[in-house]
Amino acid sequence: MTEPASPYTAGKPMPKESAAALMARIPGWGADLDPKDRPSFPREHPGIETGAHWDFPERQQEKWPRERSIEHAILPPVFGTSTPPKGASGAIRKYAYKKYSEARAAHWLLLIAADRVDAWEHHLRSLATLHPDNPLTETGVLSEFTRHGFRSRAGKRRADVSHQWIDPVLVAGPWVLAGLGAVAAVRALTVRALRRPAPRRK
Amino acid sequence: MRAMVYRGPYKIRVEEKDIPPIEHPNDAIVRVTTAAICGSDLHLYHGMMPDTRVGMTFGHEFVGVVHDVGSSVQNLAVGDRVMVPFNVYCGSCYFCSRGLFSNCHNVNPNATAVGGIYGYSHTCGGYDGGQAEYVRVPFADVGPSKIPDWMDEVDAVLLTDALPTGYFGAQLGDIVEGDTVVVFGAGPVGLFAAKSAWLMGAGRVIVIDHLEYRLEKARTFAHAETYNFAEYGDIVVHLKKATDYLGADVVIDAVGAEADGNFLQHVTATKLKLQGGSPVALNWAIDSVRKGGTVSVVGAYGPIFTAVKFGDAVNKGLTLRMNQCPVKRQWPRLFEHIRNGYLKPSDIVTHHVPLEHIAEGYHMFSAKLDGCIKPLIISTAD
Ligand SMILES: NC(=O)c1ccc[n+]([C@@H]2O[C@H](COP(=O)([O-])OP(=O)(O)OC[C@H]3O[C@@H](n4cnc5c(N)ncnc54)[C@H](O)[C@@H]3O)[C@@H](O)[C@H]2O)c1
Ligand SMILES: [Zn+2]
Ligand SMILES: [Zn+2]
Repeated sequence: MTEPASPYTAGKPMPKESAAALMARIPGWGADLDPKDRPSFPREHPGIETGAHWDFPERQQEKWPRERSIEHAILPPVFGTSTPPKGASGAIRKYAYKKYSEARAAHWLLLIAADRVDAWEHHLRSLATLHPDNPLTETGVLSEFTRHGFRSRAGKRRADVSHQWIDPVLVAGPWVLAGLGAVAAVRALTVRALRRPAPRRK
Repeated sequence: MRAMVYRGPYKIRVEEKDIPPIEHPNDAIVRVTTAAICGSDLHLYHGMMPDTRVGMTFGHEFVGVVHDVGSSVQNLAVGDRVMVPFNVYCGSCYFCSRGLFSNCHNVNPNATAVGGIYGYSHTCGGYDGGQAEYVRVPFADVGPSKIPDWMDEVDAVLLTDALPTGYFGAQLGDIVEGDTVVVFGAGPVGLFAAKSAWLMGAGRVIVIDHLEYRLEKARTFAHAETYNFAEYGDIVVHLKKATDYLGADVVIDAVGAEADGNFLQHVTATKLKLQGGSPVALNWAIDSVRKGGTVSVVGAYGPIFTAVKFGDAVNKGLTLRMNQCPVKRQWPRLFEHIRNGYLKPSDIVTHHVPLEHIAEGYHMFSAKLDGCIKPLIISTAD
């Protein structure tokens, strides 16, 4: 009779390879077998040397009211100064920080929405500059030609190929919809303007 | 200076920016010589991370030369070649002083649940990153280290994130001798996790991905057994069969928020951003580990809710361990392993992209073209 498979009895499955075989095949096998040789063991190491020569760091100058999580008691002493909030996206962001904690879905969903608004604000603004956004160069899609886009996918059983048809729809879709919307709006306005009866003269 | 700049989902360009100034007495300004694109950057690039602002410069893996230092900097001088961990951290808060460098409380006003990361959205502190000619490095006496003379520049850049993260992922698995370890994801992090699992005494290491060329690397570089999940109707059942129906002792999620393999999860998470990430790989990890086993998560997820199969984790009595990697804590041991020849991080680098062509580098790495595993960004300033 055959033995039942391992989880149904107490024994461990036989190792496929012995320690000696592994050591011969794999450089460094077992070098960190002892947890004490592993650098993050134990996880917390009170008093660890860090190089800090302060109890609390000096405070960086706050050059604009820095948006911060309401779960913070104070403005932390050091922070990033990239891209201060501006425009409509900035207003949404400031509201999300002031109103909702990190525990609230509204906080994150507002921030995600602000990101989309931010991108639109910048795309529109870029049209009025000498350096408008260029989807061809900025998406890097030209590398499809130089980096073998076809050969990298064809016949490769890649899981992402199954949803590739919908990706452009979801990525470019909002642009197309917004474009159509703009055309429809302009049309509606011109039609209304043409239909409006001319003001009667006295 | 020249710097990559985010222009909205799937769009980046290179712009002229001011060289960042010193903003704090312990700041350094570093002239970047080599940077890299990380799988984490793809989450930003795809617009999945909340509060990713147009105009931000990404990049949290970089090495370079100290260009300027603030008045309180003691350990670095202008001209030093430095490697900089991806964590921005103070070294003195409650968390840093216990070694939780990736969970610093003094560097990120925007969120208490995340520490500071260079070039990684405002949710991670609003710092511009190193895919540029110059970058501001706060707490210069804490994070950066001089690159040892014997160390290769490419190994140094991989030590700022990908290698320590993979090694840390294996460590979180609490591997004991003879364990069967499954790694989901054969990207840089997964490859290094698989390789590190052997150092900790694993008896068997299995790597799962759907990209054949990366699985090939897992076999040659990480000595692993591999399966392409796209070839199996149900990879969990296949892994059960492969482990005598017991399940693996340890499973490592080195995929994160953009896991493929489920259409609905892909669309709701990766494309519509209605989840913090697609939990496909994480759920596979929970379902393929044995009861009482450990799931280590180093794959990154956004702060929004994610549809994780928590009931299975409870009912199986799993230990779930996870974090952003506290990079510098891993360095002394990893330096030894590199010197002993146990690890050769530069083996996974496939492309060198000039900063000016970074948009194409992002597309190539994101779409997994041309056998790309790890692209480096070569800066031009001098
Ligand atoms: N915790 C940390 O400190 C930390 C640090 C660096 C990176 N990360 C995260 O680690 C993850 C991996 O990073 P990387 O640079 O290796 O990225 P990567 O994009 O190069 O690799 C991800 C790999 O996962 C594969 N994959 C996709 N879906 C899968 C699935 N369902 N099952 C198995 N494999 C699947 C992809 O084909 C790809 O090869 C990312 O989420 C990144 O954000 C975390
Ligand atoms: Zn990273
Ligand atoms: Zn700290």
